[in-house]
Amino acid sequence: MTAESLRDAYGNTLVELGKAHDDLVVLDADLSSSTRTSVFGKAFPDRFFNMGISEQSMVTTAAGLALSGKKVFASTFAVFLTRTYEQLRQSVCYNNLDVKFVVTHAGLTVGEDGATHQIVEDVGIMSGLPNMHVVVPGDSIETASVIHYLFEKTKTPFYVRLSREKFEVVNDRGYEFRLGKGVTLKDGSDITILAYGAMINFSLKAADILKAKGIDARVINMSSIKPIDRDLVIKAARETGRVVTAEEHSIYNGLGSRVAEIISESYPVPLRRVGMKDNFGKSGKAWELFDYFHMTADDIAKASEECFRVEKYENIP
Amino acid sequence: MDYSNVDLKKIANKIRHDIIEMVYGANSGHPGGSLSITDILTVLYFKEMNIDPEEPDDPGRDRLVMSKGHASPGLYATLAERGFFPTSLLSGFRKLSSKLEGHVHRGVPGVETSTGSLGQGLGIGVGMALAGKLDRRDYHVYVILGDGEIEEGNVWESMMAGSKYKLSHLIAILDRNRVQLDGFTDDIMPMGNIRAKAESFGWNVIEINGHNYDEIVSAIERAKSSTGGPTFIIANTVKGKGVSYMENTAKYHGSPPASREEYEKAISELDMELIQ
Repeated sequence: MTAESLRDAYGNTLVELGKAHDDLVVLDADLSSSTRTSVFGKAFPDRFFNMGISEQSMVTTAAGLALSGKKVFASTFAVFLTRTYEQLRQSVCYNNLDVKFVVTHAGLTVGEDGATHQIVEDVGIMSGLPNMHVVVPGDSIETASVIHYLFEKTKTPFYVRLSREKFEVVNDRGYEFRLGKGVTLKDGSDITILAYGAMINFSLKAADILKAKGIDARVINMSSIKPIDRDLVIKAARETGRVVTAEEHSIYNGLGSRVAEIISESYPVPLRRVGMKDNFGKSGKAWELFDYFHMTADDIAKASEECFRVEKYENIP
Repeated sequence: MDYSNVDLKKIANKIRHDIIEMVYGANSGHPGGSLSITDILTVLYFKEMNIDPEEPDDPGRDRLVMSKGHASPGLYATLAERGFFPTSLLSGFRKLSSKLEGHVHRGVPGVETSTGSLGQGLGIGVGMALAGKLDRRDYHVYVILGDGEIEEGNVWESMMAGSKYKLSHLIAILDRNRVQLDGFTDDIMPMGNIRAKAESFGWNVIEINGHNYDEIVSAIERAKSSTGGPTFIIANTVKGKGVSYMENTAKYHGSPPASREEYEKAISELDMELIQ
């Protein structure tokens, strides 16, 4: 497998869309060379607005542009967008506007920059906003497909979370993103691992580890966090009887919490959640940090095995 | 439209009546900062703005963003009097069966954006003016700010953006009534020399009496003819203007007349204003 940049896929897709659509405008807050919106800015300087280190201004200006008929993409680092929670809430989500926030450098994979920049709460924060949708692409192919989908098929606010790091490509070149649909990357009958973003690759490796132990794991890409593929989660619980979630995010208010809600309401089975646990990150090399915070393939495999030690659920086949 | 100052005064008086009826009927709401901007709203909606209640979505229309969204009674009453919706609906203000939300709500005909949490409207105005520039349209964008509101950092971020992009079609109007919820603005958070601040952020600044129709009209005309960048109109106003006991006090920032007697006093004072 090869690793490819999700950010590059984002910037290049913006340029592609910009060529065909005059109504696309892009905003950034002094991080355009990192978020890759600079590529769009270079191609279409009249439709690119660098708002400076003023995220509140970026978000409210984005709202004004959308209210005037523009299709707006706005980017910064994930951690900095969260300071505009209330602008997102009132000016964008309450007005239900066509603004796509594509943020980068989310989660632990920002590495050396450390805890101040490693936001692991954003998926929860954004998912709580009415009208907001939340998507976390798992590789460069999915990123490009998500951006196309959002531009061409939606008119409501979206939060798209990207990492700084390159991710190994897990999807086929012809892959097409569908909102609210999980994608089964590997079938299996004994347990289901639900993951998104950086944790997809770890989850596939965990499935290999489990296979060697005679456990047949299903792995599903849950890139559409809100809306979530509720039916697929329940199907997985019913068919495999055990569920593990894996996310480069806090287990609180992220995929883990959402899945816990769904299966406890609809089909209770043993569940383990791999992710950050109400703590801040730490400076270090991106991939070392997964080790440090117990979020590697081994940790997912271990959590999966724990599910087999639970015996009291009626729903275990 | 060709309204005389006497006509404008009559319309403003009607709007002030509506404001009192609305907050008294809802037993809540913000009369003080609605009464202070009534004359400005009257000039904008009845004389200066290019708007048509029959075509509220016309892409070429002028836009107004009520950034101080608690002044909803003032805006709703003005829109109703201008014909965007029947004045009979004003009595639904703040009630469950009505679209007239406590703070300015986009579902109401003529309202361009929801507001309420302060400091966000100027950025929205920046976005609207940028879009107008991109689309080569000639519309103007008016943003009404409170003087307590400009304590929000978002306002000054957007001041920088308006200046950077030379948005000559963006006109901010500051309702300088010197009173905010907790007291006088100079006590709560002194803003110093607002004129100098706005000028140093790169805006044209015009200072007027916000209750004098000639001054309001001439300031807006000057702002419209500006080509160099955005204009910031400091409108010196009186909080609670038109109802003696509501003037220059924080008490009626967010409270309706406290009793039937107070309500009747407000109405009779407004009635008297027209006779004089």
